[in-house]
Amino acid sequence: MSEDDERQRSPPSDLDFVSNKARNCNATGSGSGHPEFQSAYPDQVLENVLENVLHFLTSKRDRNAASLVCKSWYRVEALTRSELLIGNCYAVSPARVTARFARVRALHLKGKPRFADFNLMPPDWGAHFNPWALAMAKAYPWLEKVHLKRMSVTDDDLVALAELFLGFKELSLVCCDGFGTGGLAIFVNKCRQLKVLDLMESEVTDDDTDWISCFPEGESHLESLIFDCVECHINFEALERLVARSPSLKKLRLNRYVSIEQLYHLMIRAPQLTHLGTGSFSPPEIAGQGDQEPDYVNAFVACKSLVCLSGFREIIPDYLPAIYPVCANLTSLNFSYANITAEQLKPIISKCHKLQVFWVLDSICDEGLQAVAATCKELRELRVFPVDAREDSDGPVSDVGLRAISEGCWKLQSILYFCQRMTNAAVIAMSKNCPDLVVFRLCIMGRHRADHVTGEPMDDGFGAIVMNCKKLTRLAVSGLLTDKAFDYIGRHGKLLRTLSVAFAGDSDMGLKYVLEGCPKLQKLEIRDSPFGDAALCSGLHLYYNMRFLWMSSCSLTRHGCQEIARGMPHLVVEVIRSSDEEMDDAVEILYMYRSLEGPRTDAPKFVTIL
Amino acid sequence: MESGCSKKLEEEKLELRLGPPGQEHSSWFIKDESLPSFGYFSSLKSNGNQAHKFPPPEDHLVGSVLASPWAKNHQPKPPSSLQSSEKKQTAMPSNCPQKRTAPGPVVGWPPIRSFRKNLAAPSSSKVASETPVGLPHKVANEKKTVVAEPSVKGLFVKINMDGVPIGRKVNLKAYDSYKKLSAAVDELFRGLLAAQRDSSAGGIVNKQEKEKPITGLLDGNGEYTLVYEDNEGDRMLVGDVPWHMFVSTVKRLRVLKSSELSAINLGSSKKGKTVEN
Repeated sequence: MSEDDERQRSPPSDLDFVSNKARNCNATGSGSGHPEFQSAYPDQVLENVLENVLHFLTSKRDRNAASLVCKSWYRVEALTRSELLIGNCYAVSPARVTARFARVRALHLKGKPRFADFNLMPPDWGAHFNPWALAMAKAYPWLEKVHLKRMSVTDDDLVALAELFLGFKELSLVCCDGFGTGGLAIFVNKCRQLKVLDLMESEVTDDDTDWISCFPEGESHLESLIFDCVECHINFEALERLVARSPSLKKLRLNRYVSIEQLYHLMIRAPQLTHLGTGSFSPPEIAGQGDQEPDYVNAFVACKSLVCLSGFREIIPDYLPAIYPVCANLTSLNFSYANITAEQLKPIISKCHKLQVFWVLDSICDEGLQAVAATCKELRELRVFPVDAREDSDGPVSDVGLRAISEGCWKLQSILYFCQRMTNAAVIAMSKNCPDLVVFRLCIMGRHRADHVTGEPMDDGFGAIVMNCKKLTRLAVSGLLTDKAFDYIGRHGKLLRTLSVAFAGDSDMGLKYVLEGCPKLQKLEIRDSPFGDAALCSGLHLYYNMRFLWMSSCSLTRHGCQEIARGMPHLVVEVIRSSDEEMDDAVEILYMYRSLEGPRTDAPKFVTIL
Repeated sequence: MESGCSKKLEEEKLELRLGPPGQEHSSWFIKDESLPSFGYFSSLKSNGNQAHKFPPPEDHLVGSVLASPWAKNHQPKPPSSLQSSEKKQTAMPSNCPQKRTAPGPVVGWPPIRSFRKNLAAPSSSKVASETPVGLPHKVANEKKTVVAEPSVKGLFVKINMDGVPIGRKVNLKAYDSYKKLSAAVDELFRGLLAAQRDSSAGGIVNKQEKEKPITGLLDGNGEYTLVYEDNEGDRMLVGDVPWHMFVSTVKRLRVLKSSELSAINLGSSKKGKTVEN
């Protein structure tokens, strides 16, 4: 077959390849149409047709299914898949990937498990992008897009992306670390076709490099520039010039070192913006204040296309009214850094009739949530974060706010809610009022805290959620929970793919209920719960279908985990120590995942692979 | 752990306790070292008055898996050992809490990423709207004394309204009469004022509520009156002098509540005597 030849040529278009083949076939024949093809190259025809058809298949699941039909389908699918989504970078090696897929344009790669975000994983655990970067450079020189989540990316990796991939267009780094402004500077300078640079919730080292100035002169192709997580000063004049020469810029999210006055100047240069992160939203310390201040309302009046607003990193609430002109069009509003009161929120939220996504701090209290419920009838996603993230802090939001939201926002699909007090009744109410819920994450910050009205465990509340919310795929539980809650989950959580458990349950039965009852489970993360080896064993039928299992500070022993590892060769069972203490039989952190590659070779000392 | 008292609370919390549901310290951890693995379920049963029901051990599972007794009393390592190996963690609150029910801070709990922590309340000292001219620190900070921004295209002056925290700017060259200026002020502030009023009214917001036009700015009949500050720092009622003279001397505009006008010393050269609400 000539696929191998194709790979050496310059960026192929899938359809071009097919039509070339067709023309070649025709040339050898003598006459009219189809019978020629069929007699000369029957497989060829099938493959050509398949290629054309598979070209339109975009969903990963569809493609995975297609590749399983038969060998030729597998081959053709591998040729035509242009976007790779790898949920665990250790499940498969770069070599295996590049051997199978011929023409990859976009790579999505995820590394560390989510609990690493909360410092439960020691640093330098792994998930290095480097081997992938090198492999991609050889196999897919026309790679355009890389999206990484929870990976370690070095400055050298950034340089490699810029230098080895000539048409590189989009880089998105979410929850990544390992690089700094030095690497960014080289990257932006060498990537002449760059359209998207999205840095989200990543740790960027301040190398004291003015990376904004390093964007090349001349008109830029930038469509999205997101750097709100970068904790360093930036050269504002350079940024202003960059924005001025980026006519395609639609998304701009500034960091907190940009003052509101600087924001004004950027906004009037880029009224075409659809997504804006407003930076600090406060004046600089020494300002030409008072009368010299620009008319901020005007800037928002000018941005008629704005649908997504965020930032407000160090907000002075007096400036909040400036955003009134855009409220009616907003579909997404992120106030999760804005410590504002209900009174300050109300004039804003009362105009946001189209709002679908709302992130906010609990400083708005139950009263603020009631105002949200009164207006935002289109709300799909709500996240309420705590101003004071401690177990014993005051709780400004409670079951009252949750119930109000459930009564006002019946279209809700996703909720993340941090609180100190909750009742089963409110959770049950939400389960009935919001039948479309797909994601339900409730974090009662006090560990083992019961229903504050009845004193009962929170079993019935979460039970109602899995019973009534038939579309639920993601659940995070908290508060005082007995095994009964897990019984409910096992019985009713048939579509559950992700489950997060902390400080919950009484015995192994809890985990058993889940492992035996939830066939679609993909990601299970558990901490500080009394589940032991016996429970672990009840999930053997599931582990090859799961992406990973995380259990920390539970009741597992090394022996128990060893049993699992012995019985399941395609499972990588990592036992992670968090300190230099001698290994004893108790397992502090278990992280296990399916893999085609066996134990990884880059594991640090504190990781033991059984 | 930062202090001894929190460690003690942690251990106390791990003690086996039996009682009705709803207790803070729910029991799940076994301290008895001699406990054989197979007996995990049965020994708990033998402890008598159980609040939680344990189903009978499923023999095939318990028998096949545990090669050696899970006898060791292993306590979860104190969070300090996890913390010490971390490079990038914001400081956990180190106070030993007063309440008995709250043990010391636990690593990674509540599950909030570190950059979302330590959110300060907005500083009230950085209010950017009206500031009394007389305050020394403000005078020191202001680099420019000229406040109107003249140019070929426009003459922009700042305008603030009582009850609206944020100021606007108006281009006086775009108008040729007081009447047109008054209409412009209505347009600039009508929406903002209505929104502020909606919020302070409290309760459910009525989105059908009409925005009331701002009228009577010049004749003293309206709820609000338009005043300006001239190049000598004096406050004057808008409308008394010919338009062109007004434009040449105006530096700043204000929309004040008519009811509070008498308290303001108009036309006086006394600086610092301003009444703001």
